[in-house]
Amino acid sequence: MRKSSGLTQNLRRQETIAGYLFLLPSLVFFLTFVVYPMFMCIYTSFFDSNMGKDAVDTFIGLGNYKELFQDKVFLGALRNTVLIVVVAVPTVCAFSLWVASAITDMKPWLTSAFRVIFYLPVVTGSVAVTVVWKWMYNNYYGIFNYLLKGMGVIDKNINWLGDARYALWCIIIILFTTSVGQPIVLYVSALGNVDTSLVEAAEVDGATQMQVFWKIKWAQIMPTTLYILVITTINSFQCFALIQLLTSGGPNHSTDTVMYYIYYTAFKLYRYGYGNAMGVVLMIIIALLSAVQFKLGQAQD
Amino acid sequence: MNKKSKAYRIFSLVLVIILALLFTFPLYWIITGSFKTGKEINSTTPVWWPSEWTLKNYQKLMSKFKAPLFEIAIPFSQYFSEDGTPAIGLTGPTVPAAVRWLLNTVWMAVASMLLTCLTAAMAGYSLAKKRFVGRNLIFTLIVCAMALPKQVILIPLIREMSSLKLYNTLSAVVYPIVGWPFGVFLMKQFSEGIPTEMVEACRIDGASEWRTFTDVMFPMIKPGVGALAIFTFISSWNDYFMQLIMLSSNRNLTISLGIANMQAENQTDFGLIMAGAAFAAVPIIIVFVIFQKYFTKGITMGAVKG
Repeated sequence: MRKSSGLTQNLRRQETIAGYLFLLPSLVFFLTFVVYPMFMCIYTSFFDSNMGKDAVDTFIGLGNYKELFQDKVFLGALRNTVLIVVVAVPTVCAFSLWVASAITDMKPWLTSAFRVIFYLPVVTGSVAVTVVWKWMYNNYYGIFNYLLKGMGVIDKNINWLGDARYALWCIIIILFTTSVGQPIVLYVSALGNVDTSLVEAAEVDGATQMQVFWKIKWAQIMPTTLYILVITTINSFQCFALIQLLTSGGPNHSTDTVMYYIYYTAFKLYRYGYGNAMGVVLMIIIALLSAVQFKLGQAQD
Repeated sequence: MNKKSKAYRIFSLVLVIILALLFTFPLYWIITGSFKTGKEINSTTPVWWPSEWTLKNYQKLMSKFKAPLFEIAIPFSQYFSEDGTPAIGLTGPTVPAAVRWLLNTVWMAVASMLLTCLTAAMAGYSLAKKRFVGRNLIFTLIVCAMALPKQVILIPLIREMSSLKLYNTLSAVVYPIVGWPFGVFLMKQFSEGIPTEMVEACRIDGASEWRTFTDVMFPMIKPGVGALAIFTFISSWNDYFMQLIMLSSNRNLTISLGIANMQAENQTDFGLIMAGAAFAAVPIIIVFVIFQKYFTKGITMGAVKG
């Protein structure tokens, strides 16, 4: 009796050691390059600190946060970010659901060909995508002005990216094309997993295509929809490369997003603590949104 | 038979084809643009198909900057030099900087991919199959970290990398990618699907822990590892923000960063910029098209229980 319990204890100890050893390499990277900086982001947000080599950090408590909510540029950036999210998320979801349901019934090679095509802008990379759009939006040589003039929509060339009225919308269009790839892949696979016996039963009972979709398929792909909502929201919140490459937040901060303004504060103004305070606010917003999604997901189950 | 009306089917097919054409247009514009002459590029009437194909833009791209093909630093030498720069042991022949940037990017993406796959497969196995104190705590930490925006850690990271003397090295880009917990999460989900009996049987037969992992577990999670590999490869290749922040000297740039810098310096030389964009985009697109099946799997697996 005693011998066997000693054995299990021995086994258990061995299992613990093995478990940690297998975990160790990953844990080292995770703690050093993810958890520690996350902690530092929160910690330094309470300091007036800059990026210099011999910089001295002074503790200022909630000073950065107080300044943040009086900073017109930050509030503008927050408003732009919310606008991007509010416009991009529903359109990306609806568009990708429509495309996915249109291509999912096709021959397999066609489905995967279309899937690849809609994923292309993601794979091409933000830099290559952005530089070509920058050319297309160009005041003199861009095809947009040419086409719109040809169709009679506008009569004078518009400096799309240099005009505060249009610049943000131009960015949203590019963001849209680079955001639908992943949702389409997810929806195609979710629609493929819908229980066909339910669909067939409904069709036998004379349900219309619309009814089948909304009453059966929609409910079954709901978890995917929630997941897509979250990833698209997070991606739109983090919109950075497009802004940095296209407008640098201009004209006159009209296209700043929170992420770009963080970068601008930390690397152009060298206000490290202030940038981190914004990072913390962004983390809180995204964590709250994720929590809402999690609750919604649980309600679904 | 499906009851969708024929008219609707044709309508949606036509619409999808039009949309697909619009989505491929930027890529088409990059590639044709890169072969157009300066006159056609800067014409106010767009030239839809180059009337004469020129390699001038690529020649310019290749001759603009030069850099050694590779520089192998003496390991750890940055910790002993005055200014924190490593001592270079071996320098390659001088080549166009764009080639060096491409090589840097490949090196960075391959290193991220291999390290991520190895560490994540091991950690996933441990979290799925081993029972030990602290397991749930670690897993909760991983899930929480995944929900946070990756980019907010980059500003603190830059200081950390400077104090570790890794700033402006490709390692500074690779390590945070390896640390990002998505891979561990994915591998844990995947390993849970493997029957525990298989692992136990192997242990009872007297195989060591490591042998059990390499000979029994790893072959079974291979499809998952493949998906994670291609996913990591493509996302690290395109992780522009991280590269922008961590890399500064011209020879250490990645291809995206190099093209972005070139674009900032030559705002309106669209021919040159398109040649650079094509040079950056085409290799990764080829990789994607070849491995797209794995890639699709990686995306959908990650979502199963996100």
